[in-house]
This record gives sequence, C-alpha cells and structure tokens, in this order.
Amino acid sequence: MKFKNIFVAFLVILLGWMLLTWSLELQSILLGVGISAVLSLLLCGSCTLFNEINLTPKAFAYSFWYLIVFLIELVKANIDVTRRVLSPSMPINPGIVKVETTLKSKMARLILANSITLTPGTFTIEINDDALYVHWIDVESDDVEGATKAIVSKFEKLLEVMYG
Amino acid sequence: MDNIVIYIALVMLMVTLLAGLIRFVKGPSVVDKVVGFDSMTITSLVMIGVIAYLSNRAIYLDVAVVYGFLSFLGVIIVAKYIQGGL
Amino acid sequence: MGETIKLIGEIFLLIGSFSLMTAAVGLLRMPDVYNRVQTGTKASTLGALMSFVGLAMMSFDHWQETNWVGRFLVLVIFILLTNPVSSHVLMRAAYAMKIPLSKLTSVDKLKEDINNKVLEEPKDE
Repeated sequence: MKFKNIFVAFLVILLGWMLLTWSLELQSILLGVGISAVLSLLLCGSCTLFNEINLTPKAFAYSFWYLIVFLIELVKANIDVTRRVLSPSMPINPGIVKVETTLKSKMARLILANSITLTPGTFTIEINDDALYVHWIDVESDDVEGATKAIVSKFEKLLEVMYG
Repeated sequence: MDNIVIYIALVMLMVTLLAGLIRFVKGPSVVDKVVGFDSMTITSLVMIGVIAYLSNRAIYLDVAVVYGFLSFLGVIIVAKYIQGGL
Repeated sequence: MGETIKLIGEIFLLIGSFSLMTAAVGLLRMPDVYNRVQTGTKASTLGALMSFVGLAMMSFDHWQETNWVGRFLVLVIFILLTNPVSSHVLMRAAYAMKIPLSKLTSVDKLKEDINNKVLEEPKDE
C-alpha cells in the first residue's frame, strides 16, 4: 500500500520533469529519476493520497475514456455559457440543488467535484458525507433523484471502475 | 503583416483585461474583486505565452508557470482569510 | 504539413481568445457573485486551454530546439487542475460570508438543510 503511493507519486513527478526538460538524453533522464525518487520518498512517504487508485489495464483504458468524455463536456459547457452570456435576455434560472454520490474514495470525490465544476452550468459549493450541494445556473429539476441523474451519473459509472 | 492573427488575439485579450479591471474596481463585495483579479491573471498568462511566441524566447514561459502558481496560492489564501481561518 | 498545423493553431488561438472575452462579458453582465464565478471559471479555463494548445501547435515546427511544447503542456495541465479548485474555494467563501443570492434564484437546498440541522453552517473556524 505504501509502495503504491510512492510509485504513483514518482511517476507523476517524473512526468513533470520530462515535460519541463523535454530531452531524451540519458544524462537528463537519469538525473530526473534520481530527483523524483528522493522527492517522492520525502513527500509521499506517509501520504494516503493514491490509496484507492486501481492500477489495472481496464482502469487505464477507462481513464482515457473519462478524459475524452470530460473534454467533450467542457466544450459543451463553453458553448452553453457563450449562448447564455451573449443573448440579450440572459436566460438564467439559478438555484442550489442537492445531489448524492455513491463514491467512497476521497480522490474520486475530488475528481467528481472538479468535473461537475467544469460541466455545463453546474458548480460544486459544499460536500457533506454523500451529499454534494451544486449551484445550477438553469434548474431543471429540484428534487434529489432528478438532479443526481442529470448531473452526476455520467461521470460516476467511469469513476467507479477507476477507483474501485 | 505576417502574423495578423496574433494581433487580433492580443486585442481581444486587452478587452478581457479591461473588463476584469472594471469588475475589480466596481465589484460590490470582496469576492467579486477576487474573481475579477483571477480572470485578469489568467488572461495575462495567455498574453505572456503570446509575447513569448512573438519574440521567440522560450524562457518567458517559465515566468508564466511561476506566475500561475503564485496566483493560485493567492486566491486560496484570500478565500481562507475571508472565511476567517487564517 | 507544417503550414497546416500552424493554421489550425491560429484558429485555436482565436477561439481561445474569444472564449476568454466571453468570460469577461459574463463577469460584467451576470446578476450575482455566484453566477459571475460560474461563467468566469468555465469560459476562462477552456479559453486559456485552447490558447495554449494553439500556441503549442504554432511553435511545433521548431520543437526540437527548445522545449516549447512541453512547457505549454505543463501550463495546460496546471490550469486544468487548479482553476476549478480555486473558484470552488472562492464560492464557498462567498456562501460563508452570506452574500445574498440574486432575485432570480428559484431553490436553495443548502439553506434548507442548514435550517433543518442536517448540516452545520460553514462558519469561521
């Protein structure tokens, strides 16, 4: 468990190093491996950040699929915002609704909240146990089930596979 | 005019900066001001990128990375201060 | 090939700048602070993202000399990770300050739950 944390942190730091130096010479890569090992041991020796992540091929495939779904939603969000802002009458109907999630892992909840923030018209305000309070710019249904179905369910299916 | 597209983009970014400045001066509450300032920061990050491309110097992008990090920390600290946790 | 990539990059840069401008117009027009944070965050995140991707494409033909593309990618990942977090924290601070919601607001479940004692109030720690 502890080894997995350190290993994932090592991969993340090494990726950052490779992007910043942008060279494939042996010297620079060896230096990066050394620095990433020291940093991940120092920073993540006792952290529990990546405890629940699944390191199976299926989880990786789902991560890529999640990224694609997320980018499409981001573009849709932007078209939606542009339409609302530039139309003269400003068709908004804001409100704060409550949705529920079945995810248990902290990291998965963080990713879910960030994704809700960047998808069309919704914005996470507060998290309490299983309930997320979401500011919705155009409220379609104000009961818990309808809002959950409209906002959360499309991400939840994918995140359940990634974080078990 | 070799790169007229870049100048059009720069004009749009200037308009964005101006709007953020108006919100920063006018905003009724503190949070409005912080939002305006955050928008100005992101716009200036993009401007630093465009200027680095125009003057062909990759070293300017490091400035953008560090500036983005500092702006993130600044917004978090201001929000924490508003909530009274600092 | 290089010309085509450069042209696509220029289109991306224009779309990104336009999206940033939309965020600014939203900041000026929206009625209360929550809607301002909402439009500002979404449009400016995608705007900065598309601008940086466009700039990376435009500098693609001399990618082996210096590390243009890598640094633009670092900026994109960084903005994608931090921008939602900072605006979420701002929105929570606005709610804890009790800034009133605008007249158009139809429902406020958070207020109801605070009144029903399901959830304690987000307060000064």
